[in-house]
Order: sequence, then structure tokens, then C-alpha cells
Amino acid sequence: MPKIDNGPPDYRKNLPPIIEQNYGKWDYHESPRPGVLKHVGPAGALYSVRCASPRLVCVDFIRDVCALADKYCDGYLRFTSRNNIEFLVSDEQNVEPLIAECEAQGMPVGGTGASISNVVHTQGWVHCHTPATDASGITKAVMDDLFEYFQRDDLPNKLRIAMACCLNMCGAAHVSDIALVGIHRTVPRMDHDAIRKGTEIPSLVASCPTAAIRPDPKNKSVTIVEERCMYCGNCYTMSPGMHIMDSKNDGVAILVGGKVSNARTAPSFSRMVIPFLPNNPPRWPEVTEAVRHIVDLWIENARRGERLGEWIERIGWERFFSMSGIPFTDKHIDDYIFSRETFRTSAAFKY
Amino acid sequence: MAEKRETPQLDELEKGPWPSFVTQIKRAGEKNAMADDLLGLLEKSYEDKVGHWKHGGIVGVKGYGGGVIGRYTDMPEEFPNISEFHTVRVAQPSGWFYTTDMLRDICDVWEERGSGLTNMHGSTGDIILLGTHTDQLQPIFDDISDKGFDLGGSGSDLRSPSCCVGPGRCEHACYDTLDMCYDLTNEYQDEIHRPMWPYKFKFKMSGCANDCVAAQARADCSIIGTWRDSIIIDQDEVKKYAEAGLDIQMDVCHRCPTHCLTYDKDTQELTVNAEECSRCMHCINVMGKAIKQGKEKGATIMIGAKSTIVKSAFMSWVVVPFMKMEPPYTEFKEMMDRIWDWWDENGKTRERIGELIYRLGMGEFLRATGIPAVPQMVYRPRANPYVFWQKDEIEE
Repeated sequence: MPKIDNGPPDYRKNLPPIIEQNYGKWDYHESPRPGVLKHVGPAGALYSVRCASPRLVCVDFIRDVCALADKYCDGYLRFTSRNNIEFLVSDEQNVEPLIAECEAQGMPVGGTGASISNVVHTQGWVHCHTPATDASGITKAVMDDLFEYFQRDDLPNKLRIAMACCLNMCGAAHVSDIALVGIHRTVPRMDHDAIRKGTEIPSLVASCPTAAIRPDPKNKSVTIVEERCMYCGNCYTMSPGMHIMDSKNDGVAILVGGKVSNARTAPSFSRMVIPFLPNNPPRWPEVTEAVRHIVDLWIENARRGERLGEWIERIGWERFFSMSGIPFTDKHIDDYIFSRETFRTSAAFKY
Repeated sequence: MAEKRETPQLDELEKGPWPSFVTQIKRAGEKNAMADDLLGLLEKSYEDKVGHWKHGGIVGVKGYGGGVIGRYTDMPEEFPNISEFHTVRVAQPSGWFYTTDMLRDICDVWEERGSGLTNMHGSTGDIILLGTHTDQLQPIFDDISDKGFDLGGSGSDLRSPSCCVGPGRCEHACYDTLDMCYDLTNEYQDEIHRPMWPYKFKFKMSGCANDCVAAQARADCSIIGTWRDSIIIDQDEVKKYAEAGLDIQMDVCHRCPTHCLTYDKDTQELTVNAEECSRCMHCINVMGKAIKQGKEKGATIMIGAKSTIVKSAFMSWVVVPFMKMEPPYTEFKEMMDRIWDWWDENGKTRERIGELIYRLGMGEFLRATGIPAVPQMVYRPRANPYVFWQKDEIEE
């Protein structure tokens, strides 16, 4: 019989001795080079070597990582909240040889300080039933293109990219400097048989943010008011009969300017700047090009320390659109519950 | 495997400097038929530009109502090895600290009974074991349980709490995020494993306002470390920063949101008007050797964050400006019990706590939970005069 309600393993048994000794007593940290952090406490220094990971990894990759951690870190390592790997090195001598081996094994070192670190992303076509695009593929294409910024730490500030394969926005897309979000653009095609067999109708009706779905008791199914539907796909989450995926019309929206840290300015949501780009696997060139364009514009124009959203709020969104050349359309103007506060109720703006 | 699959589209994604997930799937596929079929199915999705997973799937292990995400392909004839391809969520240790021995334990179980593919980690924090058959679920649980692991959350339950690296490796941690995460996860095992609520509920703990696990955006209850007294300034270290070329006036004082810092260029002294500081962390982030957090530490409790569906994305907002955060966290747990009772009683099906508070109002929420209203809860007071008064506030 397995033990149930066992809980997770006790983290205290997984801490290297240097961490046990400095626990809660750290004095300061610095970054000797991109990808390496040096934390100093009364018992000495810990060096953390941060490596990129594709997040989706096989067991033999994990074993390779373990072999490196055994060789250089007495068997201790951790993962970050952006799914990078951190080798916890207590002997400074081991830092450079470890970096060399990581790079040789295809695990680039970087992602610290004012850099572009890993992309927080989701399941996509690899494992989810509601995606409008793939997550792993776009992440790979974007990070290949922005790779130099993973290994540099001299950008205006850090820049966080997140990817969500549908509007459920699992992860951090709603609060990232740049967010890539899979979207649909067509009304669900109803399979009334499947709705009847596999659906709790009231829950399906309640799932629609715009109340476009109405019960149809005569047919033991539902109807859709097509002009009220904005294709969020939440009805498909509730019912296998509401087919929303559309190979020709699904694609990717880009939102920018979100952040979660409280430093300087309050946490903020990402805002839509490109309502639609096509799904163009395997490299999604339209998406990678748009992201690179926004990143480079920010690097060129932001002041030292400004996150992407802070820069845009300073110059004004109208200036962001004119500088970026991204066309502004009716799609950018909010028309959902909290929209009014996004309208400009001031005569102060730039031409 | 029998013959090599043709995957021209995915092969493209093995090129380039960023580590490739395709390489990972191929490597697993060399010795695992499930991983090899996944490669084929994914190539098909790249051709068709749609997903090939059927809707839903309800599977699990004995005694639990959550922890496993069932998944079935809609092309089982072509890819029979992934006709069932379920995900197992395994609770991660606080802060994702591991020893190599325990990672190898997980790898051994998963190589024997699953696809050999994982996510390290899922966004909520769990170890994700990606793809296995229904008949393997109970044996997997039995095996990982023997190795000291347990399942994480899924469904309308308490999801696996997660936390930043905290005092394990950060001088900014205002409370022990690692301990609190472990403590809450153990305290609420029943709520994690047996879904009994209107919808999901997530905890995240960040040791300071930098919020390195994005608690304010990704957890229904966000616990953000802070302090109550003044920041501590070391003037000798300030001088060192100035001499090293930091523009303290421009890069620190000018960016302070409350303009509570004053720098005297001649004496190279930095002073703070502590009552005006909102503890945003900017000055500490820029000159950490010279500026330390105050001594009276605890956390701000915030509530309500969720993603887009249904009523728009919310970020958590303040419910308790300051609470001491020390084991066994009794004050916090008692408050959570009151909050959960109210939500469980009043929440509609699939209504997150943030949406419930939005629907019924903060007044209802505060009266039901006994939490006092304070100005820190709002950016600014309401502008409309549509106020609800309670009967006992009105003269007979």
C-alpha cells in the first residue's frame, strides 16, 4: 500500500551545506558574469550557474544534469520559477569548468540580470486539448532569434516573455513584458450529439463571458448568438461538442507592457498591440520578427532601468504605435467589462 | 524503434542555439514507443495546424480526486502508443531544491512506466510526468510514494503551493517562504488531493515585493514579504556606489515612486523619509550593499489573482497590509479557513475567489471573514455614491 497524503519531499534535506550555514543570513549578491550569481553570507559564498532549459525534457537529459551536479556541486541543484536550471556551486574553482561543460552539452549559461531569460510557456499541441497554437515551437523559434539577449545582461532592464497557447493564459502571459497568446477567430462549430451526450448544459451556458450561448431545451442542446461570440473557446473547455480549433484562422496575438514586480511602478497587465498573426510552423517567422522589432525598439529608446511597459507609459501608447509602425485598429480598443477606464479621458496626448 | 520517422517540420526546430524540445522528444523516442509516437503526432499537428488531443479525460489514483490529467489522442490508429497519454503531477520540494539522487529516483520510475518525457516544471510548480497509460497510474503512484514523493493538485482543489528561493539564497527574503510553502502543503493535504471547492485555489509565496514567483498575478492568495520599519542605509557603502560611478540621484532617487529618498552630492549621503516609503524594492535592488530592508519583517496578504476566463484577468489586491509570518502560521491559517468557508458557501460553480468578491463586493467579503477595512486595500476610494448600508447602521 502506498502512503497517501505524504506531501512533497522535505526541501531541508536538499540544501547544500553552504546554504544551510547561510540560511536567512545572506548579506548581498552580485553577478560576476552573465548567468552566474554570487551570494555572500557569513559562512562564505555560493555561486549559482544558471542554464537554459527547454522545460520539456527527457529523463536522460535530467540524468546528464545530475551528472554535472555530482561532479561540480556535490549533488545539489535547483530549478527556477522560469524553468531554468541552477547549479549550486560552493567551490569557486568549479564555476568555469562547469560553464564550459554546460555550453558543450548544449545548455547555454545566462538569463541573469538585465537579460531576456527563459520563456514561461504551456503545453500547446504537445499535450493540451484547447490550444490555438503550439507553445514549445514558438518558444524555441523566439529564443533562437533573441539568443544573444539571453547571454547579455546590459539591456535597459530585464524583459520577460511568456507564451500561452489559448486564452486560459496558463502561466504569466497576462503580466509579461511581451506575451504571445494563441487565439481563435471563428465561432465554435456545434456537434449537437456530443453536446447532448457529454455536457452539463447550464455550466456550458454559464461559461460564456459574453452570454452568447443560450439553452435550447427542445433540442437538448444550445444555440450561439454569433455576433456576441469573441471565440474565447471557454465553451469547448466545458463541452466536447463546441469545436473551436480552426487551422486556417487560429493564430497568435501579441501583448506587451506587463510586469509583476512592485519596483518603481505597480504590477501591470500586458496590453494587446498585435491582435493577430498567423500560425506558421515550424518557425512562426511573423511572430519572431514582431517580437524582435519590439525588443529592439525598447533597447534603443528606453532609459536605463525602464521595463518595456514603463517605457511605453512614459512616452505614451500613441507614441509607441507611431514609433513601432504597428497599425492601430478598432481591435485594440477594449469593449469588455472594464473597458471605460482604458479610454483617454484627457485632452493631453501627442500627435 | 522500427523505422525512423520522417519529421521534416520538427527537424527544423533542432537547429539554432536555444536547447531544442524536439531533440528531447527524439532522445526519449529512441527507447520509448510513447515518446516516438508523440513525435509523429506533433509533426501531424505542425502539418495540420491544429491539436490532436481529444477533449477531456478523467483518470486518477485510489484515494485521490486530483493529480492526474487524462489525455487521449484523436488519431489512435496511427499512433497507438499514445492512445492514452496522461500527465501525472508530482509535488515539488519548496523552491525546487533537489539532490541528484532524488531526481534519479523519479527518472527511474518514469522511464519504466511512462514516456520518459517531463516538464521541469509546470507553471504552478509541479514536476510534470508527461504521458503514460491508465493501467500505469496506480503503479507509478505506489513507486513514487515509496521514494518519498506525492501527487500535486488538479481540478477544483487547492493546487500545489509554490514559493521563491527565499532565505535559501536571497538577502531580500522577509519571511521563510520555503518553510511556509512546505508547512501549508502538508497542513492542507486533504484540500490538495480531494477536490471539494467551487473551483481551483492557488497559494504562492514571495519573500519580497520583487515577487519572483509572480504570486500577485498567479495565485488566488499571494503572500508577499515586506517590513514595517525603516530601510537601513549604510553611508560608507553609499559612497562606494557613488565612487564606482552609480548616478544615485538619477538611477535611485529619481526613480523612487514616493520621492522619499534624498541624496546630497557633496557629502555623498543618502537619507530616507521612512514614513513615505512604500517598500517597492527599487533602491534596494540597485544598491543592495548600501540599503537593507527594515528589521520588523512579515508579509502583505493579497487575494483574488486569476487569469482571463471568465471576467478578465485580475491581480491580487491587499486584504491584510502586514502580518507576522512565523511557524506555525496560526493567524494566517485561521483567516484562510474563514475565507474558504465563505467561498465554498457562496461561490458558483467554476467561480474563482476573486470573481466571487467582485460579484458580492468587498463589504460582504470583509464582514463574512472579520477582516477590517483599511485604506491600504484601495488605490483610491469609490467615486460613485451607490453605497450599501447594513440594517444595524441605520436608526430605527
